[in-house]
Amino acid sequence: MLAVSLHTSDVVLAAAVFLACAVEMVEALTIVVAVGTAHSWKAAWRGVVAALVLLSALVILFGPALLKIPLEILRLLVGGLLLVFGLQWLRKAILRASGLKAKHDEDHIFAETVVELAEAEGDARKVAFLMAFKGVFLEGLEVVITVLTLGASAHRLGLAALSALSALVLVGIVGAIVARQLSGVPENAMKLIVGLMLVSFGTFWSGEGLGIRWPGSDAWILVLLGFYAVATWLMVWRLESVHDPTEVVR
Amino acid sequence: MRRAPLSWPRGALQGFGRFWWKFLIGDTPEIFLGVVVVLGVVAVLSEVETWNLCVLVVFPVLIALLLAGSLARVLRRN
Repeated sequence: MLAVSLHTSDVVLAAAVFLACAVEMVEALTIVVAVGTAHSWKAAWRGVVAALVLLSALVILFGPALLKIPLEILRLLVGGLLLVFGLQWLRKAILRASGLKAKHDEDHIFAETVVELAEAEGDARKVAFLMAFKGVFLEGLEVVITVLTLGASAHRLGLAALSALSALVLVGIVGAIVARQLSGVPENAMKLIVGLMLVSFGTFWSGEGLGIRWPGSDAWILVLLGFYAVATWLMVWRLESVHDPTEVVR
Repeated sequence: MRRAPLSWPRGALQGFGRFWWKFLIGDTPEIFLGVVVVLGVVAVLSEVETWNLCVLVVFPVLIALLLAGSLARVLRRN
């Protein structure tokens, strides 16, 4: 019988990877759908396949190498990286939630990509391929970093990859059905949750890397998550009360 | 005047460097520097036995303060 042992951190890790990947994939899919509908689906798919091949090569190249780094050092480095990455996401999500920054708008990205394609000089097929490739590769690179760092630190690379794959399949299916209605995805709320999860994992792992023994071990991640959620809510509330609703920052 | 395109390894290396710069620092250098400083402070505190327990509280509080500071910077800039 196959024994499956799941810890609190595994569940939070799978959720964090799934949501982070879903958000990035929605962004990539918007560009691919724009290229496909405005120019040619053939060029868009070629760009997607080329980007996926390159991303897979990166995972194969760096995944096993990461697992060879001593766990304490790996957790400190990855924890620090997740803190930086997570705080950047959370900062943006707080600014959006409080109305200080314009919400991420997939319709706007779609329209922008279509205009860029129309104005592009040179071989249109090549431009369409490059746009789809760049969109998928850049967003996918963030997915690869999330999967590798979160997965390697918890020594759960398989679980992280499975979560990412589930997100890819789900976003792919939803994208195929709704095609141009991607703006309906609650991306800003998802980004806020992912930011909270990344910062919680970052604190937990960098702390372990520095020799901190958290009470309750993995379960402490939930305490950190709760603390950061309350802090985030307070910051959104404070920003909403001090800023002029007509003012939007970059 | 148009610049000549870089050779493949130099161009790829420059692109790789630019990605990591944008990824880690971008327009929020205070977050990167703040995380480095917080980790340094926590590393020192966790070595001192009497401070060991306080680190459990101090660490997340410092991270929350760093985020609040970065948001305050946005407000100041505008």
